[in-house]
Amino acid sequence: MTVKYAYYPGCSLEKTQRGYDESVREVFKALEQELIDIDDWNCCGATVYMSVKETVSLAVSARNLAIAETMGLDVLAPCSSCFTVLSKTNRILNQIPELQKDVNEALAEGGLTYSGRTRVRHPLDVLMNDIGLEAIRTRLRRNLNGLNIAPYYGCQIVRPDKTFDDREDPALLDRMFRACGGKVVYFPMKVRCCGGMLMTTFEETALKLNKELLQCAQENGADVIVTTCPLCHFNLEAYQDRINDAYGTAFAMPILYFTQLLGIALGLPSKSIGLDSLFLPLGEKITSLAEATYA
Amino acid sequence: MTHSTLALPGLMTQSEAELRQAFLRQVDIIPAGENIKRCIQCGTCTGSCPVSYAMDLSPRQLIALFRAGEMETIMKSRTIWICASCYACTTRCPSGIKITDIVYALKRLAIEKDRKPGAPQVRLLATLFVQNLMKYGRLHEGTLIRKYYMKTGITRLLGFVPLALRLHRTKRLALFPKRIKAYTSLSRIIRKAQEIEMRTAPEPLPYSPEFVGYRGLGDLKLESRKGE
Repeated sequence: MTVKYAYYPGCSLEKTQRGYDESVREVFKALEQELIDIDDWNCCGATVYMSVKETVSLAVSARNLAIAETMGLDVLAPCSSCFTVLSKTNRILNQIPELQKDVNEALAEGGLTYSGRTRVRHPLDVLMNDIGLEAIRTRLRRNLNGLNIAPYYGCQIVRPDKTFDDREDPALLDRMFRACGGKVVYFPMKVRCCGGMLMTTFEETALKLNKELLQCAQENGADVIVTTCPLCHFNLEAYQDRINDAYGTAFAMPILYFTQLLGIALGLPSKSIGLDSLFLPLGEKITSLAEATYA
Repeated sequence: MTHSTLALPGLMTQSEAELRQAFLRQVDIIPAGENIKRCIQCGTCTGSCPVSYAMDLSPRQLIALFRAGEMETIMKSRTIWICASCYACTTRCPSGIKITDIVYALKRLAIEKDRKPGAPQVRLLATLFVQNLMKYGRLHEGTLIRKYYMKTGITRLLGFVPLALRLHRTKRLALFPKRIKAYTSLSRIIRKAQEIEMRTAPEPLPYSPEFVGYRGLGDLKLESRKGE
């Protein structure tokens, strides 16, 4: 059954993280779900804006929720930061009527109003809880047998509030890739922070955090780390060289969006899920999987 | 001259009292913000924080210093700027304290009261981010990073050339920022929200020694929420 979602790509998926955007779109298409872009969406404000102005940050992020409300659809937000900020805005506006009134007064300047009914969803939640493993299983074309996967959830899709998975030991990615035939390795740092924007402001600290993540995955035999967040992906992938320089390590760990690895298992063509946008070589196992033909 | 509250046991300086009052007002708008009263100083927050080793004050110490009437010390720290907002502390706090939101409140307070930040580069990045959003409606990462490194060290910008080339090769580099269509409508929303923010700022209460300890909380809605 086709379900529609109001798609909110967010700023980083527009270009720098096009691999995430393309793979989300393709995977949803393959599973017969329809994504309709939220018309003329604006930046959610990320975590930065919250630290500057309260009412303004709520209004900026609520503009997107208001537009989605006119579409009458759940919002699908793949970026962890967008997901957290939009969810948080939603929660605050629903809990504090005075703030909702203030925000609506501001939104009225743009001819919009928001009653608080839009639901904000993450693709991992929708894939596992709405579409479901059964539906995914019937469409699998390639078996991930032999691939060792470190599932990296990061911080913002599971915290601060219990949303759709456990906050300390989430399991949805684990279950998804086990169902695809892969081996999910022990990865105790699955919800540990990558430092996010600290890579720009406190580089040394962020390099150390990411080095620990890579080391943990490598020591547990992972062939690949899958992520759910553009910032985690960028820090782990684009800075891997710098980590190797700083620590004298020799990491060559491919970093994939979970939707890219799922796309491979669903038999989608490499280019359509943005595998050509990655910096690091995918390694023998993933390359042969992604090129494997299927009946 | 810097004031030390230790010189006047049980009392606090006017600037400290005003900071405290403004902080408590921020805490008041955080859902379950009043749980800050329940801190047992167990240090679970510090132990859970992936960056506490790089802080000058630990998250636990932030709350201890607030209690001790040392808001000025908190304002000067790097701690509030180094928090990456991963919510590990908030998730684990046995007293349900919204520590990450409290750190956000402290950042807003430091900006509002124009305190010299302990890590000016973070504040710079936040300011540039907001400018970028105001100008285009969407974030253009290239512009943000370029402006940031122009101000913090042009040589580091050169270090980004290989990364930019890599992004270009993989068709991930947007050279120019793009404005959203409803840009003027978004600006009007932001202007109005700013107006509302000014309007809803409550009158400061007169200075009184009662701001010591948690009696200061009594002046806010927190007290009335206790019975809920």
